[in-house]
Amino acid sequence: MTAALSLREITAADTPRVGGKTAALAELARRGVPVAPGVCLPVDVYGEFVSATGLAGRIHLELNRKRFADMRWEEIWDVALRIRNHFLRTDIPSPLRDRLAATVAGHFGDAAVIVRSSAPGEDSGGTSFAGLHESYVNVTGADSVLEHVRLVWASLWSDRALLYRRELGLDTERSAMAVLIQRLVRGERSGVAFGVHPQDADRAVVEAVHGLNQGLVDGLVAPDRWILDRATGRILEHHPAERRWWMVPSPAGTERQALPAARRRHPPLAEPDVDRVFRQVRLAEEVFGPPQDMEWTFCGDDLHILQSRPVTTAPAGGDDDNRAWYLSLTRSLENLQALRVRIETDIVPGMDAAARALADTACEGLSDGDLAAEIRRRADIHRHWKQVYWDDLIPFAHGIRLFGQYYNDVIRPADPYEFMSLLASTGLQSVRRNERLDGLAAEVRQDAQLASSLRDNAWDRLPPAYLAALDDTLREFGTPAWGLAERRALAGVVLEMAKMSGSRADIRDPAGLRTAFLAAVPPARRELAGDILDLARHSYRWRDDDNIHLGKVERELHRAVAEARHRLAGRFGERVTAWTAETVAVVLEDPAQAPPVEAPPAPDGAAAATAPHTEPRQLVGQPAGPGVATGFARRVRSAADIGRFRAGEILVCDAVDPNMTFLVPLAAAIVERRGGMLIHGAIIAREYGLPCVTGVPDAIRRIRDGDRITVDGYIGVVIVQRQR
Amino acid sequence: MNDPEIMARLRELLQDQPLAVLATRNPDGLHGSLVAFAATDDLRELVFVTNRATRKYANLQADNRVVLVMDNRTNDLRDFYNAAAVTVYGRAEEAAGPARDELERRFVARHGHLGQFAAAPTCAVFRVTVERCSLVRRFQEVTDVVMTP
Repeated sequence: MTAALSLREITAADTPRVGGKTAALAELARRGVPVAPGVCLPVDVYGEFVSATGLAGRIHLELNRKRFADMRWEEIWDVALRIRNHFLRTDIPSPLRDRLAATVAGHFGDAAVIVRSSAPGEDSGGTSFAGLHESYVNVTGADSVLEHVRLVWASLWSDRALLYRRELGLDTERSAMAVLIQRLVRGERSGVAFGVHPQDADRAVVEAVHGLNQGLVDGLVAPDRWILDRATGRILEHHPAERRWWMVPSPAGTERQALPAARRRHPPLAEPDVDRVFRQVRLAEEVFGPPQDMEWTFCGDDLHILQSRPVTTAPAGGDDDNRAWYLSLTRSLENLQALRVRIETDIVPGMDAAARALADTACEGLSDGDLAAEIRRRADIHRHWKQVYWDDLIPFAHGIRLFGQYYNDVIRPADPYEFMSLLASTGLQSVRRNERLDGLAAEVRQDAQLASSLRDNAWDRLPPAYLAALDDTLREFGTPAWGLAERRALAGVVLEMAKMSGSRADIRDPAGLRTAFLAAVPPARRELAGDILDLARHSYRWRDDDNIHLGKVERELHRAVAEARHRLAGRFGERVTAWTAETVAVVLEDPAQAPPVEAPPAPDGAAAATAPHTEPRQLVGQPAGPGVATGFARRVRSAADIGRFRAGEILVCDAVDPNMTFLVPLAAAIVERRGGMLIHGAIIAREYGLPCVTGVPDAIRRIRDGDRITVDGYIGVVIVQRQR
Repeated sequence: MNDPEIMARLRELLQDQPLAVLATRNPDGLHGSLVAFAATDDLRELVFVTNRATRKYANLQADNRVVLVMDNRTNDLRDFYNAAAVTVYGRAEEAAGPARDELERRFVARHGHLGQFAAAPTCAVFRVTVERCSLVRRFQEVTDVVMTP
């Protein structure tokens, strides 16, 4: 049986059990540095919890269902969400629970505490991973403390931690989390101190804010900043802040409030206070060796040290290391609300205007040289908007995640994706487009003449109003980047839709879930909960619609490229269709630059004919839309494949392209190589209530057209019943 | 398609595992038992030895279809994502004459301590011609390997 350790009794020898953060504070306390009293639940307690509850096995299964290298970031977020939900839904078994509750009550009674992660390895090896795990401020009472202990344990497997798992030594079999519970010091002035300036080895830095230091650490409150001579402690520079906000304790933990005017006038620290902080950070350096990065707070005139760890720079990766970009996706509600305004008033109208301007330029009359220049101009414009898409529209999708975590914390649902049901039915453009196609199909069902005209592509035999409606659909919903703009392909889709009995859009009513969610939130926080939900619904809608707007720009690029291909096809034949926009432009200017014809692959030798061959039987992906369906597979890779798709087939693709959403109402299920809950395929499958499995590695190569497959969207597997 | 990683994992199971669960059938139902086995280098044939008085021997006289299951579990939590298992579908036939001697040698090369057992006049040596294998990894990722002749 494992006991909690109080800060007073912890020594350096306990570091592997209590983590570096706790061991450092214990060491400072022993040297007489003022540290808030606390107690640590060492990693053994975590181990006892996950093994007694069977959680250890579930964590291992979640993390190992696919090779980690095969997982996209979005899938990693999904895995972290599912693991977190397991922790939320798994109570601490009673003998352990009673023991921990007695410990917490004995040490803290009803005093407010801070529940902090202290993972072994988190701040070691010269690399500091501040902020990968969670801490919770202003928690009161044993029950609530133990709830938050579980959340801190769960944060061992946060998406952020999983991304840095190699550096952290996050081994699924041996990783464990210690938790430090400390009495909350209601600091009136707080901050951080760096024993050495990150860019200047002769200087040190002190940063300070009014209120709790969470605002500074989270970047919500800008600090006053002092630069000091590292050798003497003399203040060299003071950079005052605007001092608009401070963080104060609130029923929900902490909240940012406007800083009272009286405090705005004064820096948080007088010069003697800066000196006191500087002395502590140098003392800590004497204790630990390397220069320290220290968090501290003043309560009245008493200085308390909250944390001390070696100063390090952010973990560096290679040029292809985009993890920092990924981490920047984690944004606050306020940040996302501001981003929404920008998307709706600025970015999307800008995209639409760019597409309209391009649509007004005809490419047919241009000389070859001018057409090449026009292709490059359009490619630049498209690149610009694609960058905006990455910088602003993808991060906006984080609103869905923000809500997902909030919802799961409140409801603790059996299905960790239940929250998606509250986001559906927000009038996705692709759904509205498909409803319009439904209308066109309904007319075909009533009118055999119409059907035969469509089949024959006899546009002149179609009633003018019908033809106009067909063209309107193409125009309004834009894009068809890969040639669906041709009426022919659209006519094929309408004919297929007509074979089905009626609309497939299965819009579920989320009103009941919404009411239950809001009722479960304490009244004081209902407005915030409503705001988070509202943001997430917009986030969800834009997650799909943004592609349609970007697709309009892309379509104009493709229009110019199509004209060039048309001109070059006579000379170079079919292979022009495989050339990129840039290649097409180069060849337009100088036909001698055409890429050489590729030799066909050499036929397999005789040995290969008799060698054993492998066939997929059951493929593992991520469950992305609950339900099960069996049918024939149809891979969709290009515009040509769209025309081959038959109602009731299973759509297998690399990544659902907004253009392919035409096919979704026809499909029995969706299988996609890209993984994650927030990808378009998953979102639109949810909207239509279709079984969906995403993140199936190599799906398009391993599944063949005509394979009979079963898509199990509950557990995320695809079973190949019979190879063609 | 030929996935080299799958073939390597199949080779490990067929050449490194000493034991397999053998399923045979009779008119009344099914029978499962544990047998020592050895595989040929090309993985197309397996060999096992059994006393002629056993149920599996009787069953094989009537129906030579067999299934063998091998796995590399270590009986801990890791098995659910680390262990691999293979289900082998094939036909078993008792070997006689020089063919029996050759298969017996192969079997004893793999299981030296079973030499006396394999040489006993009461024991039959069976050759299993592998038709198809189903390899399971990571709990539920399944790949079939078809042994074309």
